[in-house]
Amino acid sequence: MADSENMKHNDTLFDVEEMELAFGPQHPSTHGVLRLNLKVDGERIVDCYPIIGYLHRGTEKLFELHPFFQNVPHTDRMDYVAAATNNLAYVGAVEKLTGITVPPRAAYIRTLLCELQRISSHLLWLATHAIDIGAMTPFFYCFREREEVLDLFEEFCGARLTLNCMRPGGLPFDLPVGWTDRCSAFVDKFPSKVDEYEGLLTNNRIWKKRTVGIGVMTKEQGLQYGITGPMLRASGVDFDLRKAEPYEAYGEVDFDVPVFHNGDTYDRYLVRMEEMRQSARILRQCLDNLPDGEVMAKKPRVLKGAKETEAYYGIESPKGEIGFYIVGNGTPNPERCRVRPPSFYNLQIVPELAQGALLADLVAIVGTTDIVLGEVDR
Amino acid sequence: MSDEETKAPQGDDTGPEPEVDEAAEKAKAEAAAKARAEAAAAAKAAKEAAEAAKPPWQRDPKIPEWQEADDSAVAGALREAHGDAIAWARTLAGDLVVMVARESICDVARTLHDEHGFTMLIDICGAHYPDREDEPEFEVIYQLLNLDTVERVRLRVGTEADTPVPTVVPVWRGANWPEREIWDMYGVSFEGHPDMTRILMWEGFNGFPMRKDFPIEGIDTGSAIYPEYYEETAGPVAGTGTGWKPPEEPEDEEAAPGADDQG
Repeated sequence: MADSENMKHNDTLFDVEEMELAFGPQHPSTHGVLRLNLKVDGERIVDCYPIIGYLHRGTEKLFELHPFFQNVPHTDRMDYVAAATNNLAYVGAVEKLTGITVPPRAAYIRTLLCELQRISSHLLWLATHAIDIGAMTPFFYCFREREEVLDLFEEFCGARLTLNCMRPGGLPFDLPVGWTDRCSAFVDKFPSKVDEYEGLLTNNRIWKKRTVGIGVMTKEQGLQYGITGPMLRASGVDFDLRKAEPYEAYGEVDFDVPVFHNGDTYDRYLVRMEEMRQSARILRQCLDNLPDGEVMAKKPRVLKGAKETEAYYGIESPKGEIGFYIVGNGTPNPERCRVRPPSFYNLQIVPELAQGALLADLVAIVGTTDIVLGEVDR
Repeated sequence: MSDEETKAPQGDDTGPEPEVDEAAEKAKAEAAAKARAEAAAAAKAAKEAAEAAKPPWQRDPKIPEWQEADDSAVAGALREAHGDAIAWARTLAGDLVVMVARESICDVARTLHDEHGFTMLIDICGAHYPDREDEPEFEVIYQLLNLDTVERVRLRVGTEADTPVPTVVPVWRGANWPEREIWDMYGVSFEGHPDMTRILMWEGFNGFPMRKDFPIEGIDTGSAIYPEYYEETAGPVAGTGTGWKPPEEPEDEEAAPGADDQG
């Protein structure tokens, strides 16, 4: 009698029932306000259902209410850690719709800004990703260099985060005096700083234990889910829009596209580290070959999208392909302006990657997708 | 040639015979008009040449125009395979745009994915055109990408609010969320979709925010979700305060100054 009661007690003690767990929206490693409804069997994740929309601000509706040139600041606030690439995708789409050609100096400066932005975005990613996993030190190292990039942005356009630094047709102003020298000094020392981060992490045993083989995404999965950017390149797909459809000055600079094949968290880390080095290479070439001349093209005083015309323009942002699909209606406002947000698509695969993973690894998986909820929800 | 003609009457003019004057002046006027026309043409040509000599960014912007995509291999193959399902195929600014019948979108997507290498679904988005005559009110737009040839195709599907569009989730699993977003924002549903629920707005939200007739100030959403707190049409509307009232309000305090500040 007593035995059977003990047995019963043990059964309830080691309950095999699945437990539901709400991960977020206030969890620090969700990088904003993402909620993951989890079903866990002990430490194993059985099911994961992301709930998004906490940061939805109706940006696409706002686009329809403002003239083309007033919409640039809205783009800053989607992926707020990579405003320059958002600006470029938007103004590029407007230029395609209205047939404007950008002067070469503006194209080079835009390339400079985008690559600086890529470095700063990847640094922020590395800092927060490392801190999620438990490595505190890289955070301080990364923010040291990110600060310098933000200082360069501030010197150029007055803002550090929401840059609003491009206009349809070119740039609002030329570079300030001495900017190229300061940028050059940063570019010269930056690769050695990447070595420092890698020295902390790449062969670190704990780091490898936490990342190697975690959240493996196959090439087929990546294609099925529309994954782009560093995530896809870590799964063995050699595709980078900067090479495939060279825009701005990317056709005139020499750089490599890092591709890794395991598709795990560690490879995604390696891709982004190498991309930072390549960005420094692009920056160096752009600074050396910066052409003279004006930075704004000839354009009508009031930009109008012709009736029944449309354009899609996609570029390689630090997170993947960001694109704008704009439909004109003969007025200075767009009829429809759709953003193709890379984070939205990259987040969609998280449930598949989290299936069967340990709860602690979910933090690594969410971190490695490099999402910004401002862009997911718009 | 023109120089000689203009010079000839001048030579006559200086001659001793005054009878030729009339004819000479007529010829002179004609020649002058001709010269003027020629000068205008030359000026126009010079202006065009100057425009062409300018670097491209100083020229007037050239607005892209629609062209029939007769020479596109993808459009030809689609026409062959799907016939009437392809309403038209045109290019604009180098992008191929194909208008597809609503019922056939999944088949067309399947053909493009399996046979033409469009393995990547870049985006699906909706659009609302209430003012377009004789055309469906809503549109669903698919952006596809071929990673090997870096070719892009844009499929457009016209639909109405109450006619569901076949889902393309069987072709690309990544179509799940964007299709949910279109349902959420436009109220266009997808047939066969595994999880046709709202994604950005909350369940129970009573409107489709991206429709053109949705007011930008917002709508009453309170009573639909919190009937115990809000009366009908008394929910939060942007710009007018939250509209929230405590469920039990003592009548005495209502007249007291500052009671309204709570709202």
